[in-house]
Amino acid sequence: MGGLAFGSIYALIALGYTMVYGVLRLINFAHSEIFMIGTFASLFVLNMVGLTGPLTGFALVGMLALLCVVAMAASGGAAVLLEQVAYRPLRKNGASRLAALISAIGASIFLQELFALIVIPKVFHRPQQGGRLPVPAPRLVNRDVLFSIGNANVRTDQLLVVVAALVMMVALNLVVNRTRIGRGIRATAQDPEAAVLMGVSIDGIVRLTFLLGGAMAGVAGVLYLMEFEVTNYFVGFALGIKAFTAAVLGGIGNLRGALLGGVVLGLIENWGAIFFGSQWKDVIAFLILVVVLLFRPTGILGESLQKARA
Amino acid sequence: MSGDADSRPSGPLGGLKRRAGEVSERAREFWAGASRWQRWLVYLLLIGLAVLAPLPGIGAVMSPFTDWTSLLFNPIGIYVLLALGLNVVVGYAGLLDLGYVAFFAIGAYTMAYMTTTYGFTFWPTLVLSVAFASVSGVILGAPTLRLRGDYLAIVTLGFGEIVRITAVNTTAIGGARGITNIPHPPDIFGTEFLLDPLPYYYVVLGLIVLTIVFSTRLEHSRVGRAWAAIREDEDAAELMGVPTFKFKLLAFAIGALVGGMAGGVFASKVIFIEPNNFPFILSATILAAVVLGGSGNIPGVIFGAFLIAWLPERFRGFAEYRILFFGAALVLVMALRPEGILPSRRRRAELRSGTGGLGALGAEVVGPTDTEAVTGQKTTGEVQR
Repeated sequence: MGGLAFGSIYALIALGYTMVYGVLRLINFAHSEIFMIGTFASLFVLNMVGLTGPLTGFALVGMLALLCVVAMAASGGAAVLLEQVAYRPLRKNGASRLAALISAIGASIFLQELFALIVIPKVFHRPQQGGRLPVPAPRLVNRDVLFSIGNANVRTDQLLVVVAALVMMVALNLVVNRTRIGRGIRATAQDPEAAVLMGVSIDGIVRLTFLLGGAMAGVAGVLYLMEFEVTNYFVGFALGIKAFTAAVLGGIGNLRGALLGGVVLGLIENWGAIFFGSQWKDVIAFLILVVVLLFRPTGILGESLQKARA
Repeated sequence: MSGDADSRPSGPLGGLKRRAGEVSERAREFWAGASRWQRWLVYLLLIGLAVLAPLPGIGAVMSPFTDWTSLLFNPIGIYVLLALGLNVVVGYAGLLDLGYVAFFAIGAYTMAYMTTTYGFTFWPTLVLSVAFASVSGVILGAPTLRLRGDYLAIVTLGFGEIVRITAVNTTAIGGARGITNIPHPPDIFGTEFLLDPLPYYYVVLGLIVLTIVFSTRLEHSRVGRAWAAIREDEDAAELMGVPTFKFKLLAFAIGALVGGMAGGVFASKVIFIEPNNFPFILSATILAAVVLGGSGNIPGVIFGAFLIAWLPERFRGFAEYRILFFGAALVLVMALRPEGILPSRRRRAELRSGTGGLGALGAEVVGPTDTEAVTGQKTTGEVQR
């Protein structure tokens, strides 16, 4: 169950990678920092509210909703800003994708340092040197065992993570498959030139893609904070790599692939940790990725945001 | 450079860029028309400059905050060497490798383990470092090089992490504590290799010159042409009878070889290595050096690596904020000059031909490199915006 909760968080972040990749064929390396911003946005709200103890019932749901809204706004906004500053000029220049990758790495370094040096010390009232230390968060949900399936215990917080992630993914699926905007995204992913000819505003669609992907990362940030109750300026890095692995595992550019890849990766890591010890779980995750790619070079479900199997 | 200037809005910045473009263009023309002795003169001048670089007078300007000679060895020399190695993979063959640091680590660990456990001396072990690194390049490449660009990127990234985590978890090579007391190289011509960075700098310089000669020779050989063909259109290259897989593997092995060499020298200088010497961010930094300088062009790559290694150290006065600026500078340079500071001519032609890259929103294949594009003018078939 822990693996499933982990996997849901991976999947939410992976959605951001996969959407941007589907539309722009670009690895958005700074997406992990968008997630990091989500964790800090929700931590900020928690501090503002002055939470005294774990919540239950409606208070909990309301609080989660508030956190999600704020984190989605913060992360989505940051993602749009990132696109504006780091990617748009390059797209206008017709730069290579390698250049965009470097720009993304630069933006990623910038955001990490910005948080470590300025945001964390100033906003979260930590001493100047403390910007690089982990920032703890108050407990939001009790760790009660709700019920057991076989010998696996299901805890409240884990269930919440999985349910919230599922809700977000269903919502995103609806947006991409059922709305006009979603059609624009799919059209651009399929054939950008034809989409332009059909009157789709590419810039608008790209911005929107970043907004949606960023919002998903924001929710992932909330859930991460709830589950682990700690964050730091570097938190995005490891999770970002894993989430990207998940996206590739499922088939990058494919929304369902991101979901599947995230869950599979979470479960594999969990089992791998049981069999080989937790220090090897990252190695196992990457080995599985290599093996899957050898036999299915485009991931488990293949790449197809285009084919609307979102 | 005219095509470059025309395609963008002019302004104060545009004027500056055009002027810079003219200078670099004139330098290129001189170089193209230079006779053999003129070229040798320039080579000798550059080598002389590099040999004289550790002088204290230069150090006072270049690095008022840290010992300049140490800087020249690490990070500058090491970064230049690594960037030259990665340039073979990324710049020549066009393979995106995000785990290059793994080969650096393998070279360093080979040196550390063999010298501390079996009492080998420096030079034979350096050969071993190189051999192990290139074998591991082949081992990584053989199954993965059939993958397409972005998948290759993530698999190499994974490989880098696997190597690092394995080093952390294997107690035989010190685990997270690393390996200590790596012996220094033996004396050469009475020069002692101890804590003074100067002799190490000259060793690295020698290796750099060797690597430059090696990779320019390769670039202009049959192998280099095959790489260029693979980079520009792999399917077409395959159809033309280029054994693409073999050449990609070769590029990987050569890149790994240089990485391993850098690792070996690094380990024997620092005496103590641990897995945290080889984080992913180092791979990203070296890649940034290659792309920033102009991938595929050796002077560009060296310049890029130098800037990336030197700037954060030079501005140590700004203490912690230097990394912040470093990140911002990467974004800025890529926005202003996406082809790198000193792009290779062939690469720029590819960019200008315009159907590849982000401009066309996702066209995988780089457009045709016709004569018009080679002269630096915009082709008509540009389908962006």
